[in-house]
Amino acid sequence: MGLLEIHLRQRREAGRALLMPYLTGAITGDWVDYLRAFVDAGADAIEIGLPFSDPTLDGATIQEASHVALSRGASVRAILAGLSGLELGVPLVASTYQNLVLHDGPEAFCGALRTAGVDGLIVADLPLEEADEVEQAAADAGVDLALLASPATPPPRLAAIARRSRGFVYAVSLMGTTGERAALSASATTLAGQLCESTDRPVLLGFGISTPDQAAQAIRTADGVVVGAAIMRRILDGASPADVGAYLAAMRQALDQEREPAS
Amino acid sequence: MTDLRLRPRDLPRPRDLPIVRPAGTMSDPGPRGKFGDHGGRYVPESLVAACQEVEDAFRDAWSDPGFRGSLATLLAVHAGRPTALTPAWRLSAELGITLLLKREDLAHTGSHKINNVLGQALLATRMGRTRLLAETGAGQHGVATATAAALLGLSATVFMGERDVERQALNVFRMRVLGAEVVPVGTGSRTLKDATSEAMRHWVTCVDDAYYCMGSVVGPHPYPWMVREFQRVIGEEARGQCATELRTGVPDYVVACVGGGSNAAGTFAGFADTAAQFVGVEAAGGAGATEGRTGVLHGFRSRFLQDDDGQITEAESIAAGLDYPGVGPEHAYLRDLGRARYVTVTDAEVVDAALRLARTEGILPALESAHAVAWVIRAAESGELPPGATVLLTLSGRGDKDTATLMELV
Ligand SMILES: Cc1ncc(COP(=O)(O)O)c(C=O)c1O
Repeated sequence: MGLLEIHLRQRREAGRALLMPYLTGAITGDWVDYLRAFVDAGADAIEIGLPFSDPTLDGATIQEASHVALSRGASVRAILAGLSGLELGVPLVASTYQNLVLHDGPEAFCGALRTAGVDGLIVADLPLEEADEVEQAAADAGVDLALLASPATPPPRLAAIARRSRGFVYAVSLMGTTGERAALSASATTLAGQLCESTDRPVLLGFGISTPDQAAQAIRTADGVVVGAAIMRRILDGASPADVGAYLAAMRQALDQEREPAS
Repeated sequence: MTDLRLRPRDLPRPRDLPIVRPAGTMSDPGPRGKFGDHGGRYVPESLVAACQEVEDAFRDAWSDPGFRGSLATLLAVHAGRPTALTPAWRLSAELGITLLLKREDLAHTGSHKINNVLGQALLATRMGRTRLLAETGAGQHGVATATAAALLGLSATVFMGERDVERQALNVFRMRVLGAEVVPVGTGSRTLKDATSEAMRHWVTCVDDAYYCMGSVVGPHPYPWMVREFQRVIGEEARGQCATELRTGVPDYVVACVGGGSNAAGTFAGFADTAAQFVGVEAAGGAGATEGRTGVLHGFRSRFLQDDDGQITEAESIAAGLDYPGVGPEHAYLRDLGRARYVTVTDAEVVDAALRLARTEGILPALESAHAVAWVIRAAESGELPPGATVLLTLSGRGDKDTATLMELV
């Protein structure tokens, strides 16, 4: 089992709901300060977006964030260099699109993640059927390749995804792109429930989670949540690391209260 | 109120429709949709089931003589097939070759796009879908989609880059007149690449009622294969027409322009088992097959224009329909095999070629199609085409949509 999965399982077994905030790498000059703020606010892992020119699974906010980062000269190489030697104390998960994985080849790509201290990988446009090559390269580099499951995934396929996923299973809460939503969709609860029944691998629910209430509701079935667009919207609007830290701390508190309502 | 609309199942079925089972290259790419290393289905998990449904439905329909009969009828009575094969007499004499034009510009709506769209729209009705989604560049695929939707009583939503909305205003108007909703896309290069991304984002939200009608031999499996099969009619008709027109029966060269590559793929497919040399002509500013490197975009693996960091770069061509940074996976494969070669021509050569064809043959081609003409002119004049060579050129569309662009230049 990879370091990412060991870490997430330990925290879950300790009774903690998992919180994985997302940041588009190199979104600002001081982007690393956001990561420190995430950790201080109680993140259990951090997802780092390696921006791609054509993010077909992302809604307007992360499209804009990717565009801003790329206009600032962001690249896989520069972002990984920025992560090297950070010692944040929580695992990092890179998330990107297959074109960037293929660019230098999956082996070199996963090797570069390892060197930068990244423990996990999410590839938005890499379904099971196409995953073999990257799966192998990730395993060889000691990187956990987390697979995505969606509300349209039939149950037998959900089981196969849960089996082959490493680190955690990413449950996509709704049929749509990333972006803030007013409420947690019904499909989120159904999907997380089905996944938790078919695997003991951590299940993180993402897409659309924007408020402490939605996060608390999500962990009634899932092991944790991913928060992306809600953070990036704030950063694009000028929020500082401290502002985003305060927003996440409130979410952390809601998660902890949901798990231990007595205290 | 009586519904007088013709439904596909009511259509008469032509008696003698052979089901073609192609072998060797340009055949069924199998359940994984692979053309060598290219193709595949690189979509978000949310779209896997939708793609599988389209594949299952297409396999079922394509082996059903009833479906093929309905499609053949629509192609005949609505789209005006077969299209003519026109010898380009005066241009041939000037160039010292025999040039035959496969006249897709004469198909209803003015380009080959209608062949594919009628097939997919019939498939959509067979699947019980009520809405077509499409991306469009030049607007020809959008117009064809709007047309098929009107014909079959479906609704249509067409995504189009803002830049193309401006330069193809005529087609935007045509789509709206036909009842389609046109959604301008303001992200990225504001052309075909971004229109395709936005259409895919939208598709995820409505897989249960909408059918994604892809406009070229691109996208996730089964689209590159299915669209090639729907365009195969170009090559098959031309094969028969060449057999009567040419002493040799088969031309020495088969030439077509390549954006995503559907008119080329459909034409090549009719000659896959011959010794004809295939030439795909790309825009110098959008030469995915010629200059791209291996990558993944819009659900398939192929060759794409990209920078040193792996970011997709923006194509730039006078022909909106060729403004795509990649090329269909089967073209990448035909190139790997050496079965086809891919060349480029510049915007200036294209404009000259369009005008020259207009003045020698009385045919104003679409600027996309003029790419193929430009290469033939250059290759004949440079001696690359031997004197007396026989050349089949697919003239994919007519130039009416490009008159505004041409008016600024001539
Ligand atoms: C007339 C015409 N030819 C060619 C193309 C390019 O498409 P393809 O390469 O798929 O044939 C287009 C696309 O819009 C077109 O309108």
